[in-house]
Amino acid sequence: MDFSFTEEQNKFRLEVRNFLEEEIRNGYWKPTCDAWIQGFDPEFTKRVAQKGWIGLTWPKEYGGQERSHIDRLILTEEMLRYGAPAACHWFGDRQVGGAILSFGTDELKKEFLARIVKGEAYFGLGMSEPGAGSDLASLQTKAVEDGDYYVINGQKTWASCASFAQYFDVYVRTDSEAPKHRGISEFIVDAQSPGLSRITMTDITGTEAWNDVFFDNVRVHKRYLVGEKNRGFHQVLHQLDYERSGMERLMGNYALFDALVQFVKDNKLSPEPVIRNKLAQLQIEFEVGRLLVYRVALVMEEGRAPNWESAMSKAYSTEFEKRLASIAMEILGPYGQLTSDSKLVPLRGMALHSYLGSKGYSLQAGTTEILKNILAVRGLGLPSS
Amino acid sequence: MKLTLTEEQEMLKKAARDFLIDKCPKSFVKQMEESEAGYSRELWEQMAGLGWMGLAFPEKYGGGDMNFLDLAVLLEEMGRACLPGPFFSTVILGGLSILDLGSDEQKREYLPKISRGENILALGLIEPGYCNCDASSVTVEAVRENGSYIISGTKLFVADAHTADYLLCVARIKPQNGITVFLVDAKNPMIECTVLKTIAGDKLCEVIFNQTPVSEASVLGQPNQGWDLVQKIVQRAAVGKCCETVGSIQRVLEMTVDYAKERKQFDRPIGSFQSIQHYCADMATDVDSARFSTYQAAWMLSEGLPCTKEVAIAKAWIGEASQRILALAHQIHGAIGATIEHDLHYYTRRAKAAELAFGDANFYREIVAREMGL
Repeated sequence: MDFSFTEEQNKFRLEVRNFLEEEIRNGYWKPTCDAWIQGFDPEFTKRVAQKGWIGLTWPKEYGGQERSHIDRLILTEEMLRYGAPAACHWFGDRQVGGAILSFGTDELKKEFLARIVKGEAYFGLGMSEPGAGSDLASLQTKAVEDGDYYVINGQKTWASCASFAQYFDVYVRTDSEAPKHRGISEFIVDAQSPGLSRITMTDITGTEAWNDVFFDNVRVHKRYLVGEKNRGFHQVLHQLDYERSGMERLMGNYALFDALVQFVKDNKLSPEPVIRNKLAQLQIEFEVGRLLVYRVALVMEEGRAPNWESAMSKAYSTEFEKRLASIAMEILGPYGQLTSDSKLVPLRGMALHSYLGSKGYSLQAGTTEILKNILAVRGLGLPSS
Repeated sequence: MKLTLTEEQEMLKKAARDFLIDKCPKSFVKQMEESEAGYSRELWEQMAGLGWMGLAFPEKYGGGDMNFLDLAVLLEEMGRACLPGPFFSTVILGGLSILDLGSDEQKREYLPKISRGENILALGLIEPGYCNCDASSVTVEAVRENGSYIISGTKLFVADAHTADYLLCVARIKPQNGITVFLVDAKNPMIECTVLKTIAGDKLCEVIFNQTPVSEASVLGQPNQGWDLVQKIVQRAAVGKCCETVGSIQRVLEMTVDYAKERKQFDRPIGSFQSIQHYCADMATDVDSARFSTYQAAWMLSEGLPCTKEVAIAKAWIGEASQRILALAHQIHGAIGATIEHDLHYYTRRAKAAELAFGDANFYREIVAREMGL
């Protein structure tokens, strides 16, 4: 066992911190909660790309750095600590690039990976549908072959990357006769395709980070099929393992945690036993969760896809984030209800934002209940229900 | 970063597990709980023969030259087996404290005997009237008289004092009032020892020092060195308890998952029901998080790194996690788990004792709060 970081890793962390602090000093952006998923800033993404920090673990052949998963975790941990607006590249970097690497043709790799690495291709995810949430395999959006093309019809919802997405990674039904898990395929679809339209969704925080995406005879060339036809469900499970693997589930609203502790100190609330006890418990839960997330990175470092391990860390982490937001609201008392544009709002409104936003944390990328099913069946070997 | 054991540690773990499966079935645990001594001399000597007592002592004191992390692996297996007896008191509380604080002479005198299984030690820290470990609660007095000290006062919850050869006693030297650790001959007739009846049957004692004379040479470390040294002992003890508990809760998870696979109701294994699956998932999450935070603390301790916060996190977390785990284990086991014939209660009772030992979650949350600058 060794819980330390190497000298290079510590140096790297420092480099990332210095970069982010300089960004803040320059006034490029302010730390916010959920910035990884809601903070769209193409200029920031470009500067991150110039540092070589997108596709960090990918092969050099495709513009990556072949660095370790621990390095990548250090990078993302710091991005989250500073609440940096990384949403433009987050999905391509975290999972779509990886999916293309694992399943895509050489042609697809050449077309997309280098552009993701340069911070020039932004991806949104098209998984959920109005009738397909936890039961993703029941999705109805259809793709029918027509010569060299597939023609897609249907609707995706909760597609990430808002209006910034240039591409969607979509899962559609390509065989209606087969059992529902065996008739799904994955495609990369250009967001500008004729027949594709999107409507911005507004979530309960008032944020417009997601889309309803409508496909009306959208034609996609066969070369944008990722992996094997009708193997899409297997591929999406693989991708979801990665989607759940990171520190963002634990640190998505870290900016609030930091600000809350400072608020308690500044307002001389430190001596209050109840507040001390609650903040200490949050700190304990945070540190414990951090170890669960690092374990996931170590699994990936062994060359294995994380499965029940990331289900465990994600389920744990989002529940933590909900508690953090609730306790922040509790400590702020009546001030907690003030919206970010109120003149008396504390902590720039982060508590209220997280309190409302965190209701969705334990739904995205697998509900806590689905994740516990995965952990029980895949991790502990219990019989399927 | 690495979360796996070394090959050597894996071997130690396997050897310990095999040995304890053979020598320490629950029938033996029961017998020991009911016995006066609380341990078996025969098993004690076999453990010494395996080199367990001296595992983390230097070779020159008859030890195995391994480190605290290796010992952590062994403690985990002991927790898994519910091993009764004075190993923890003798090695973690006694031997390692002597190794830390003792003079060369004291180390030469005590450590080889501990390694050979010839001496049992115990630690007297807690006193009547308080539940946690803070300095102001130490009131047992040591009065200097004619080149020796006279110790008076009562220590409570002293594990294994009734079979100990030596007692470490935390006392205040009068009139300086400085906290000092004494190494006292436990067979001194001016010491009264009564075994208390406890939830875990683990031989916690009341120890009364009736003006017990001890020599100057029995001071461990320097006199009046203060609370810092005691804290170091408590810190190591807390991590040691975490290690034992990791072994216990891992076993409880395995027992429970196995039971959920076998037990059928409504014509199917109860483990196929989502409510049971989610309970098991919660248990597994608590076990893994307890394991990693415990080993983080053990590793830091082993490396000699400052780890006040990490130890506090581990002990606070596992105390409450183990209670959640056992509550769910009982719920899943149903009525059979509430019977005295079933093994589960051994873990339930011990987990509570471990939670209470060397500081509970509230105690350590306060330490974490201080570390956060609150």
